[in-house]
Amino acid sequence: MHYILDAIDFVLQPWSYFLFSVIAFWAMIKYREKWTEPAFAVKLLWGAIGAIVFSMVYSVHFREIASLPDNVPIFLMVFSVGFFTWLSFRQGVLNDRRIAQGQPPIEKETSDKKVYVWPDLVYIEFIATVVAGVVLLIWSLCLHAPLEQAATPAWTPNPSKAPWYFLGLQEMLVYYDPWLAGVVFPTLIIVGLMAIPYIDKNPKGAGYYTFNERKLAIIPFLFGFFILWVTLIFLGTFMRGPGWNFFGPYENWDLHKVVVLNNVNLSEYIWVRILGIGLPSNFLLREIWGFLAVGFYLIGLPPLLTKKIPLLQELLEKMGVVRYGILIFLFLSMAALPIKMVLRWLINLKYIVAIPEIFFNI
Amino acid sequence: MLDKLKKKIDEIFAQSPSPEAVKKAIAEGQVWKSIFRHGYPDTPRNRVMAVLSNVFLHLHPVKARHSGVKMSYTWCMGGLSFFLFLNLTVTGILLMFYYRPTAEYAYYDIVALREHVPLGIMREIHRWGAHAMVIAVWLHMFRVFMTGSYKPPREFNWVIGVILLVITLLLSFTGYLLPWDQLAMWAITVGTNMARATPFMGYEGPGASMIQIGGVHLVNGGSDIHFALLGGHFVSEATLIRFYVLHCVVVPIVAATLMAIHFWRVRKDGGISGPL
Repeated sequence: MHYILDAIDFVLQPWSYFLFSVIAFWAMIKYREKWTEPAFAVKLLWGAIGAIVFSMVYSVHFREIASLPDNVPIFLMVFSVGFFTWLSFRQGVLNDRRIAQGQPPIEKETSDKKVYVWPDLVYIEFIATVVAGVVLLIWSLCLHAPLEQAATPAWTPNPSKAPWYFLGLQEMLVYYDPWLAGVVFPTLIIVGLMAIPYIDKNPKGAGYYTFNERKLAIIPFLFGFFILWVTLIFLGTFMRGPGWNFFGPYENWDLHKVVVLNNVNLSEYIWVRILGIGLPSNFLLREIWGFLAVGFYLIGLPPLLTKKIPLLQELLEKMGVVRYGILIFLFLSMAALPIKMVLRWLINLKYIVAIPEIFFNI
Repeated sequence: MLDKLKKKIDEIFAQSPSPEAVKKAIAEGQVWKSIFRHGYPDTPRNRVMAVLSNVFLHLHPVKARHSGVKMSYTWCMGGLSFFLFLNLTVTGILLMFYYRPTAEYAYYDIVALREHVPLGIMREIHRWGAHAMVIAVWLHMFRVFMTGSYKPPREFNWVIGVILLVITLLLSFTGYLLPWDQLAMWAITVGTNMARATPFMGYEGPGASMIQIGGVHLVNGGSDIHFALLGGHFVSEATLIRFYVLHCVVVPIVAATLMAIHFWRVRKDGGISGPL
C-alpha cells in the first residue's frame, strides 16, 4: 500500500497538482452532459469519499491533518462546492437541452405563478433554520473548539498558516511579493467581482440555470473560483508544511527538508546569461527587460490579442472601449498568477522586475 | 373521602370548557388580538396580513415567484448566511459575558469558559458557525452567479453582496485573534504582515520610501498602515483590543447596515430573480 502512497506523493508537485486541476476543470466543462447524470455523479461522490477514507486509513500523516477540528470546514467546503456545482450544472444542462429544442427553461414554467410567502416560503425558511440549527448544535456538541497554548511571541510555529479561507492568498506569496499577492491582487479580486454585472452585458441567462448561453461568463468565473481559490486552499491545507515547503499529501512534514532555491531574476537571465556583460549598476537600466515585458503584457498585448482573436473583436464592438479595456485588464491580472507559476516551474524565474531597493518586485 | 374527591374532580371537568372553546377564547381575547391582528393564516386575506403585520416577516413580499422559492433554485444559502449571522450575534454576546480582551485574561477566560461554564458550547457554536458562514456566503455568491441574478436591474445589489463577502471574511479574521492562543496570534501575524507591503502606505511597500520631506521618511515602521492596524510593530495587547472592538462593534454594525440595504434592494429590484 505504501508504494501507492509514495507514488502519489512522487507524482504530486505544485506544477502537476495545478495541471491536474486544470485538466479536471476542462473535463468538467467538456463532459458536463455526462457527469451531471445522477448515476454518474453518485459514482464521483463515492470516488471522493473512497479517496478520503483510503487516505485516512493508510496514511497517519493525512489522518492527523484531516482530523484537526479546524480542518472540518475544508471538507465541508469541498463537498458542498462539489454538490452545488453538480446541482447548478445539472439544471443548466437540462435547461440547455430544452432551449435547444426551442422550449423555455424549467424555471419559466413556474415563474409566472405567484405563491403566498406564508406558508410557501416561510415554511421552507423555518425548516432550513431548524435543520441548520440542529446540525450546528450537533457539530458543536461533538467537536470541541480547539485551543492551543497561550500566545507567545517567543515561539513561532512552523508552518504559520493564515486562516483557511486566506490560504489561496498565502499560496500566491510563493510566486509574488506581498504587495501584489497580499494587497494588489486581493483588491483586484474584489473590484473584479464587483465589476462583473457591468462587464457582462449578455442579456441572456438571467434568472435560470444555463451553461450554453453564458459560457464566456461562467468559464472565467469558475476558473477563478475553483482553480485559483478552492484548490489552492486545499493545497495550502494539506500540502504546505514547515518552511512553506511543498509536501505530498501523505509525506511526513520533515522540518529539515532541503529545497534547492535556484530561482533567477529575469535581469540576470538576460544581462548575465544571454548577453554576458554583467548587471548594470543603475536599477532602472538593470530592470529594463522586466519593464518592457510587463509593459508589453499590460499595454501591448491587449490590442494584439484583440486583433488576432475574432471573438475578442466581437466583444470589443459589443462592449465599447472602456468596458472592454477593463475586462481585458482584469483578465490579464487573473492570468498573471498562472503565468508566473508556469514561468517559475519551467525556468525557475524569480522576479520579472526586481528592484528590492524600493520593494518593487514583480 | 377519595370518592368524594373523585366526584368533585369529575364535576370540575364536566363544567370546564372544551379545548376548542379555550382556543377560541384566547384567539378572540384582547391580549391575543392586540398582538396578532389577523386570524389563523389559512385564508388568502389572513396570509397577506400575516406577512404585512409582522415586522420580521415583512422583509418578505406577500407573494413570490413559485420558481424563486424552490430550494433547488436558491439553495437557501442567502437565508442561511443571515441565520448564521444571527446565531453568531447571539453566541457572541454570550461570549462577551465571559471574556476580557487583555493579554492577561483573554486566554484564561477562554480556558475558564471551557472548564467551568455548564453546557458552555457557545464558543463551539460561534467558531463552527463562523466557518460555516464563510462557506454559506461563498455558495450564495456562487448561486447568484450561476443563475445570472446579478444582471439588470440587480447589478448594484451584487456589488453590495461582494462587500458583504469581504465583511464576512473580515469578521472571521478579526475574531480569529481573540482566543489569544498560538494559532490565533500567528495566523493574524501572517495575515497582517501583508499590510506592511501596501504600496505607498506600508513601509515595506513600493513607493513608500519616496514619501519624504527633507530626507525624513514619513512612512516608516512606526507610522505605516501596518502599525495603525496592529497598534504596534507586532501583534500585541494593543492589537487584541483593536481587533476586539472591530470584531464586536465596528464590523457587525457595518454588516448589519449593509444587510438591511441588501435585503431591501432584493425587494425593490423585483424580488428573487426569475426568467423573464
